[in-house]
Amino acid sequence: MGSTKLLQNMVLAGGLALSATSMAATPSAAMLAGTCAACHGTNGSSVAVIPSLAAAPAEYFVETMKAFKSGARKATVMDRVAKGYSDEEIALMGDYFAQQKLIPMKQGFDKTKLNQGKRLHDKYCEKCHEEDGRKPDVGGILAGQSMMYLTFSMDDFLSGEREMEKDMKKKVNEMLKETDKSSIESLIHFYGSQQ
Amino acid sequence: MISRRNFIKLSGGAVAAGTLVGCAGGMGRSGGGGKVVVVGGGPGGATAAKYLRMFDPSIEVTLIEANAKYYTCFMSNEVLGGDRNLDSITFGYDGLRRHGVRVVHDTVTQIDAAARKIVTKSGATFSYDRAIVSPGIDFKWGAIEGHSAEAAEIIPHAWKAGAQTVTLHKQLLDMKNGGTVVIATPSGAFRCPPGPYERASLIANYLKKHKPKSKVLILDAGDKFAKQGLFIAGWKKHYGYGTSNSLIEWVPAAQGGKVEGVDAKGMAVQAAVEKIKADVINVIPPQKAGKLAFDAGLTEGDWCPINKKTFESKIHANIHVLGDASNAAGMPKSGYSANVQAKVCAAAVVDLLAGREPGFPSYMNTCYSVVGDDHGISVSIVYTFDEAKNEIIAVKGAGGVTPSDASAEALRREAHYAHGWFANITNDIFG
Repeated sequence: MGSTKLLQNMVLAGGLALSATSMAATPSAAMLAGTCAACHGTNGSSVAVIPSLAAAPAEYFVETMKAFKSGARKATVMDRVAKGYSDEEIALMGDYFAQQKLIPMKQGFDKTKLNQGKRLHDKYCEKCHEEDGRKPDVGGILAGQSMMYLTFSMDDFLSGEREMEKDMKKKVNEMLKETDKSSIESLIHFYGSQQ
Repeated sequence: MISRRNFIKLSGGAVAAGTLVGCAGGMGRSGGGGKVVVVGGGPGGATAAKYLRMFDPSIEVTLIEANAKYYTCFMSNEVLGGDRNLDSITFGYDGLRRHGVRVVHDTVTQIDAAARKIVTKSGATFSYDRAIVSPGIDFKWGAIEGHSAEAAEIIPHAWKAGAQTVTLHKQLLDMKNGGTVVIATPSGAFRCPPGPYERASLIANYLKKHKPKSKVLILDAGDKFAKQGLFIAGWKKHYGYGTSNSLIEWVPAAQGGKVEGVDAKGMAVQAAVEKIKADVINVIPPQKAGKLAFDAGLTEGDWCPINKKTFESKIHANIHVLGDASNAAGMPKSGYSANVQAKVCAAAVVDLLAGREPGFPSYMNTCYSVVGDDHGISVSIVYTFDEAKNEIIAVKGAGGVTPSDASAEALRREAHYAHGWFANITNDIFG
């Protein structure tokens, strides 16, 4: 450890010791994350329609929770839940889930659609959602998520209920111009097939 | 400037160095071992056993449960109308064994708090450093005249799932078109507050499709109920509620709804105002902590008083009580509550065994109810702990029920999420 870091560590430890009262009222990351598991799966790997949180970048988790909290992103339940956590607690949960390994969801898929989806993915999506959507990125992780959840998400993006990020909007519009609406379904089968 | 991530890393390091004992809690790190015996393999006990092993594999965990299979009460209402089968709510204990939990199928006959020993029916003795007791509920048979465990073979409660669920399902299948199904709700604190109303909804959904001249009559021991506005809106939408042809009729206590006696052989219930004959009768009796909690002297009134930070009994040291049997007021008695309480308790037990101050707790509860096809509703609340008052309190400005103006699409998704929740919570408990 370099001397600057050591100094930081000492200063920090002193500072934390002084604020012991406020620290005592913050649950640990594992404690907070444990409250999510009944819906989002053990350690954030879901076996059903509610999305997995495991391995998603902390930034994505934090941004999403803040959007639920402010109402910028609509939700069925999460808008009510997100308001129950402080920014500090959300940051702890984000880091916790980012460190978990994602266990992809077991689900049925159509082989023809997945092949078409793979071609579409390579052409329109791979640039941001790298490694066939397995690499954590600005949109979390696509591969291994519930296909029904991905369908809900795309429905919301296409209806305008949920705002698409600029690059995504461009690529999705390009794809829908050059193909038809079944391309969305094919992509979803491709992401869902990766188990 | 120190980034947030470094901050956490550094503060973690500080804890490991021993300068800030108690700040981060001991979860995820191996401690000095210890013996924990968990009694009861429902959502509370099974989750606690599994998470103890996940948090600290050096702890020896034994789970004692009488039955080889557990039937979840949650989602059992979908079995009643045939939307799902009993197998889909049946769970075994192999998942816990894979986590290194020693599972013993036996009945606990004695808990000796002073000697820290548990004795079972087969004569085995288990010593513990800490015990976790999660015995669920028992029924107050004396509260309703003429009601008993024997009577419940004819007029099932189906409030502990399994054989009772199957009995009620079969009675609904055998009932004539034009029959009346009575659901009598319990007074006092009870397991799954929205449950009786979800049950009424799903039975009505079955009747609508198969026996449309029939009806569900809810005889209520109270005057209001969980998610009332949302249920009634759903009943109006799907079951003609409020019209003369309604498939559901609700009689609150103020209008004579409270059931005071039953005549199982005569297939009738005595409500406050009149005697009502019915074709299927489902009386859900008032409830109290499971028998073992009383035998072990862990109760005060109907439930077990606890320190809500650790779930340690306020009566016997080194014994923790969680789930429906505990008085964790603030939180409802639900599968989700038991699952979360078990993690709070397991984390505290890990810390206590390692000689650390337990970390600060966090709790939450989400209860989905299925009102009909493609129609789900929910209540979701985040809770925190008031140390001075030993109270679990809802975080202000958060939580609540499905908005009354939720779109049909939102309600459809909530029905899917209800089923997703069921898959994930059961996997989290037993997987």
